Amino acid sequence: MALQDKDRIFTNVYGYQPWNLDAARARGDWDNTKAILEKGRDAIIEEMKASGLRGRGGAGFPTGLKWSFMPKEPDTKRPGFLVINADESEPGSCKDREIIRHDPHKLIEGALVAGFAMGARAAYIYIRGEYIREAETLFSAVQEAYDAGLVGKNASGSGYDFDVFVHRGAGAYICGEETAMIESLEGKKGQPRLKPPFPAGAGLYGCPTTVNNVESIAVAPTIMRRGASWFSGFGRENNHGTKLFQISGHVEKPCVVEEEMSIPFRELIEKHCGGIRGGWDNLLAVIPGGSSVPLVPAEQIIDAPMDFDGLKELQSGLGTAAVIVMDKSTDVVRAISRLSYFYKHESCGQCTPCREGTGWMWRVMKRLETGDAAVEEIDMLQQVTKQVEGHTICALGDAAAWPIQGLIRHFRPELERRIAEAGNMAEAAE
Amino acid sequence: MADRHLEPDTPELRARWGGFAFTPEWEAKARAAIARYPEGRQRSAVMALLDFAQRQIGEETSTQGWLPIPVIEYIADYLDMPVIRVLEVATFYTMYNLVPVGKFHVQVCGTTPCMLRGSDDLMDACYKRGMTKGHTTDDGLWTLTEVECMGNCATAPMVQINDDNYEDLTADRLDTVLDALARGEQPKAGTQEPGRHTSEPLGGPTTLKEMVTENHDYRGEW
Repeated sequence: MALQDKDRIFTNVYGYQPWNLDAARARGDWDNTKAILEKGRDAIIEEMKASGLRGRGGAGFPTGLKWSFMPKEPDTKRPGFLVINADESEPGSCKDREIIRHDPHKLIEGALVAGFAMGARAAYIYIRGEYIREAETLFSAVQEAYDAGLVGKNASGSGYDFDVFVHRGAGAYICGEETAMIESLEGKKGQPRLKPPFPAGAGLYGCPTTVNNVESIAVAPTIMRRGASWFSGFGRENNHGTKLFQISGHVEKPCVVEEEMSIPFRELIEKHCGGIRGGWDNLLAVIPGGSSVPLVPAEQIIDAPMDFDGLKELQSGLGTAAVIVMDKSTDVVRAISRLSYFYKHESCGQCTPCREGTGWMWRVMKRLETGDAAVEEIDMLQQVTKQVEGHTICALGDAAAWPIQGLIRHFRPELERRIAEAGNMAEAAE
Repeated sequence: MADRHLEPDTPELRARWGGFAFTPEWEAKARAAIARYPEGRQRSAVMALLDFAQRQIGEETSTQGWLPIPVIEYIADYLDMPVIRVLEVATFYTMYNLVPVGKFHVQVCGTTPCMLRGSDDLMDACYKRGMTKGHTTDDGLWTLTEVECMGNCATAPMVQINDDNYEDLTADRLDTVLDALARGEQPKAGTQEPGRHTSEPLGGPTTLKEMVTENHDYRGEW
């Protein structure tokens, strides 16, 4: 059965109603948050584990489990921090923006619940710099929560002191990587740190830190109110819950919509997006989880379940559920080449394979757009993506490699066709 | 990012900006920003302070603002940081302008989701008006930059101009926005698609329809 409105968490996702505290309360936010906290740290973490929530930032790590890595005993010299990743910059992703500008109190309440559960003393919400108006809303919403005694000293009357701070980024995709975000919060260039130590051991200011995506945090209060079994009632095994999908590109009606996990691609598009531009026969390929995941050709994606495991089976991923749809009018080589440019632009420059490799891969991709390459260069490019992948401190190198690997896997004939058309095939044939 | 460069450190630059200091208004914001971090961790506020300085300069020069070297030194002194550490931050993050920009910084998103929806047309519309990438027009009105994904993909293509986003653009719609800005008006930000509210499917939401007209509380149906 399809997801019903009563089971949607982000009821104001389109912002038809005000975001402010009074309106949010009328929708059910901050409703006796104290009672949630009174269940205790362990009970909250167990409930979150049982809900099956997997991190909504892309990697899909179980959220409750992540919280449980924080130290059990408070240490006043090394207080714990919750860092909320609102640096939404993955091409295709535009869900956290809707939460922040239209339902910010869900996020702030979630910060308190999560922060309490992991024994943190404060949350820093790291919002990307380009979300200027969204940050203004978030600052105001946090102030409202302080004024109403919901956060701060004796937050929500719980006896627990918990601060929520907003930190604005300034235009660096890499700060969405958790250790780069911590570096940035400390006032440095956002260059990822080597792990270990993991943030839960030594993160922000050397203190225990957990970094969670906005959506992962913002769903927590509703899960606590409605129970783990309610949330785990949606989606397939190991892929539970509801999810904000963001559909962009060549659909009739691009949109952001909350749906049940594991919804088949066709149903998602038919129900909310008015179908593929030009009909289903006109579908070429889909990037199902934001720019970092490999594209999936039409025939494979159409009936696939949109969840972590279903898309992994297609050698792609759910990522942030940012679904980029491409119809047959798309220059698919250019579409991927533009992503290669993105990664070249956003490489922080710390690791050589990524710093040099992203530029190298982009330059080859540029030539492949017009077929200005030798056919052997396709294999060479594939090889280089393998030399970048897994050889860098963070996953940006992987993210730069995967879209190209996906292109070569599924569209090699198209690459070869362009090379032949440009008259560069002869040499290889001889 | 390799093409970013600093404005040369000349005596004229020193004469113009050497005396920079926060106005009381920005000073208050700077103090509030520093207070968000633990004692002794004031350098965490460097990103906020650079933004404030850029905005103050923007107000003084009637542009989006930028960061001359003497101002970077001022921030370093303010936060008790080595100048190079502040400079590193200023050069690493793309939202800090290292050279003067125009009154309106037209930032066209060119990443794939916007590209699929026609960002090439928006670029062309900007070129037609005499803008070139990475430069400011002679009248000082426009600076054009192609930027990477701005997170408005469901309302693509989009352009961010100073603090506001203009979404669901076509070349004509962008022209209308730019014309209005040039006349000194403030066009409506957000989606430019008639009848669209934000990121719902065009023609009206397929979900949560009660919310359109009232602040519906769904808890009664749980």
